[in-house]
Amino acid sequence: MENQYLNSGDKNIGVEKSTPNILHKKNWKLKEKIFKIVLLFAGVTILLIIGGIILSLLFSSIPSLKKFGFSFIIGNEWDPVNEKYGALPFLIGTAMTGFLALLISLPFSFSISILLGEYFKKGLLSSFIKTMTELLAGIPSVIYGFWGLFFVVPIIRNVEMIFGAIPYGVGILTASIVLGIMIIPYSASIGREVLELVPNDLKEAAYSLGATRYEVIKTVSIPYSISGIIAGIILSLGRALGETMAVTMLIGNMNSIPENIFAPGQTIASIIANQFNEANNELHISAMIELGLLLLVMSAIINFLGKYIIKKLSVEG
Amino acid sequence: MEGTILTTKDLFVYYDTKCAVNNVNIEFQKNKITAIMGPSGCGKTTLLRCLNRIHELNPSAKVEGKILLHGEDLLAIDPILVRRKVGMVFQRPNPFPTMSIYDNVISGYKLNGIRLKKSEFDEIVEDSLKKAALWKEVQHDLHKRGTFLSGGQQQRLCIARALAMKPDVLLLDEPTSALDPISTSHIEELLVELKKTVTIIIVTHNLAQAGRISDYTSFMYLGELVEFGATDKVFTNPQNEQTERFLTGKFG
Amino acid sequence: MKDFSIKWRIIKNNIFKISIIGISLISIIPLFLILFFIFQKGIASINLNFFIAGTKPTGEIGGGIANALIGTVILVLIAFAIAVPFGVITGIYLSDNKKSKLASWVRWAVELIQGVPSIVLGLIGYAWLVLPLSKLTGGKISFSALAGGLTLSIMMLPSIIKSTEETLKLIPHSLKESALALGVPYYKTMLFVILPAGLSGIITGILLGVARIAGETAPLLFTAFGNYYMNVNILKPIDSMPLLIFNYATSPYEDLHNIAWGASFVLVSFVLLLNIFARLVVKRWKVQF
Repeated sequence: MENQYLNSGDKNIGVEKSTPNILHKKNWKLKEKIFKIVLLFAGVTILLIIGGIILSLLFSSIPSLKKFGFSFIIGNEWDPVNEKYGALPFLIGTAMTGFLALLISLPFSFSISILLGEYFKKGLLSSFIKTMTELLAGIPSVIYGFWGLFFVVPIIRNVEMIFGAIPYGVGILTASIVLGIMIIPYSASIGREVLELVPNDLKEAAYSLGATRYEVIKTVSIPYSISGIIAGIILSLGRALGETMAVTMLIGNMNSIPENIFAPGQTIASIIANQFNEANNELHISAMIELGLLLLVMSAIINFLGKYIIKKLSVEG
Repeated sequence: MEGTILTTKDLFVYYDTKCAVNNVNIEFQKNKITAIMGPSGCGKTTLLRCLNRIHELNPSAKVEGKILLHGEDLLAIDPILVRRKVGMVFQRPNPFPTMSIYDNVISGYKLNGIRLKKSEFDEIVEDSLKKAALWKEVQHDLHKRGTFLSGGQQQRLCIARALAMKPDVLLLDEPTSALDPISTSHIEELLVELKKTVTIIIVTHNLAQAGRISDYTSFMYLGELVEFGATDKVFTNPQNEQTERFLTGKFG
Repeated sequence: MKDFSIKWRIIKNNIFKISIIGISLISIIPLFLILFFIFQKGIASINLNFFIAGTKPTGEIGGGIANALIGTVILVLIAFAIAVPFGVITGIYLSDNKKSKLASWVRWAVELIQGVPSIVLGLIGYAWLVLPLSKLTGGKISFSALAGGLTLSIMMLPSIIKSTEETLKLIPHSLKESALALGVPYYKTMLFVILPAGLSGIITGILLGVARIAGETAPLLFTAFGNYYMNVNILKPIDSMPLLIFNYATSPYEDLHNIAWGASFVLVSFVLLLNIFARLVVKRWKVQF
């Protein structure tokens, strides 16, 4: 019946057949409403998902929280057999690998930011390095781990033998090196974006005073973009904390506090990856989920910090 | 001409294949204000930016000819040295936002790594800010950031910053076009006073401004120098037809 | 103001520039090392048998990646089927409601989800999909491809949502207005005018999301779990390429290592080609305004 109106063979221009017209109108108004509800529903579901994640983690951690409370964080024994769970070795392992990886990655991501944000904003070299950096970010974690096992570990083993340390090969240092390579693209791209935003006339004013390019970068470009650069560094730290596979394969999986960077250790992510499937009692599982909760909180705080700084920048700039 | 301090000789500037400045020969007079005028795209800004070699920031720029300051060819020496003798103030006030007023004024020294005693720096700051007619307004706020100042004050800060290097020539690229009329007149008064100590070359599209403050005017069109002479002569009795059309507003 | 100090400053300037270029080039050496390493070691293992053989018991030669390959395909399909419609719709919601308070909460929620470490998502997948199903069915259904795929879809969501929102934001308002002015209902405008106009950006986001999850291992450790046998039943555990690589690489057997190299080669090629395709080719399809 709708088609009576739409049928152009009917040469009654301007004659509205009222009944089918109203029906047609009602139809799409309903579809409109459904569409808008579906959109809203999708948005709300996202909220439910994240809320659910946090609540689930909290809920499942309750047995462990109840039993250990604060001592979970400072306890340094992880003993499933005797049902004693302390997260300190993993917190330290996570922190050590995270910061060491950050340190290792900094000169490289910093250089790339300056190269792409200052010297070569466009052109062949620029596209080349940009693409390469993005590809670096695209390689799966497990492949980094695999490569690390067969390429980096033998090298570190030799280094350790030269130094007279126990030649584990795996350990905090190895994991940090590979992790450092993995996080270079993140701070590099954010650093580049903020450096590109430095206003040209500010740089020209510095040049007009007789500064060299290096001096302009040092005293104008970098101070101007420093918050963005720091935000990028914070965000790449957040990335490093959550990394699982490469770290699991390279850290040596020893549930104790490492004595130095050559020693093996364990991060929160790697102990969960290693042990979760073997956990068969409620307390063990709960303790591991509490570990996951801790990790989530740590990386959420760091990510929030970094993104907040960036948001502040885009409001001002 | 006697009293010439800066000369461009057979100056050509190309951006890729486009010729932006075509065989320009000017003799700028010492301690006088020379205005460079012309419609948009005539090459006046390109010419100005050559004089302190900041056009070189654009990699596709090519220059032929000579620019002589006190007889020395600026195109043959290091650009850093050039910029110490020839300072520049830009269209939009741009004090360094991360530095205090004090640091902004001496930023030329800091950037160049020149170390002086604090008393020497203090003297330079006071001297430059006084010359820029800003000292009275900021002398108690020297360690605050420059961004709280009004547009006109910020521009005077930029002038002080350029003056602190004690250049022989000061280039200004439409320095008041982003300012309100009152700030504009302050800066115009300032420039008239300043010419006693420094030679001033100013690009402006504001005919009235050029008429008010400049001693000499050069008029450019499509990259060529069409006319150059004492301002009152050029304004009242232009030799060239295009100059006349520009002056009477037939094209902007 | 000595001439000597200027020479020194110019030297510093040039040293800085050279160092920056040098260090940047060094940064990408690992990429080439990895690719070369994998290529060299992986190419030796690749033959037809490699692709069609399943996992063989230890000691037997002739194992292949068929299980894992099919597993990855199934998992990606499941994730794709859920994340793409859900993600695009959410992206449309966000691009439409720039000012609403609820929308800004949703945006923060998306950021939070993106920040959840992959291993924690694995725990969630276990808690939401494996455990309950196991209790419900008395252990008949526990680890499953479904659980793995759904967990991966959560991982994929933020990238699809963000790229959809960003793409739609860039489409000029006038396009929407002219469609509406013709009397086209709002939902048709979005679905048939705006969405097609932003297709290239949305597809890029989807492809990059697929590239990401194809290589993910951690979320699958406690959900899909991995499977020794070939399996296409989504209610059963399933193997995947990254899982295979992880298990074989950490085993002590050299022939398993070789298979892992081959699998790495296939996986990396897939992921990198997808990345390149998404960034270079799809960008060319972008509609100009």
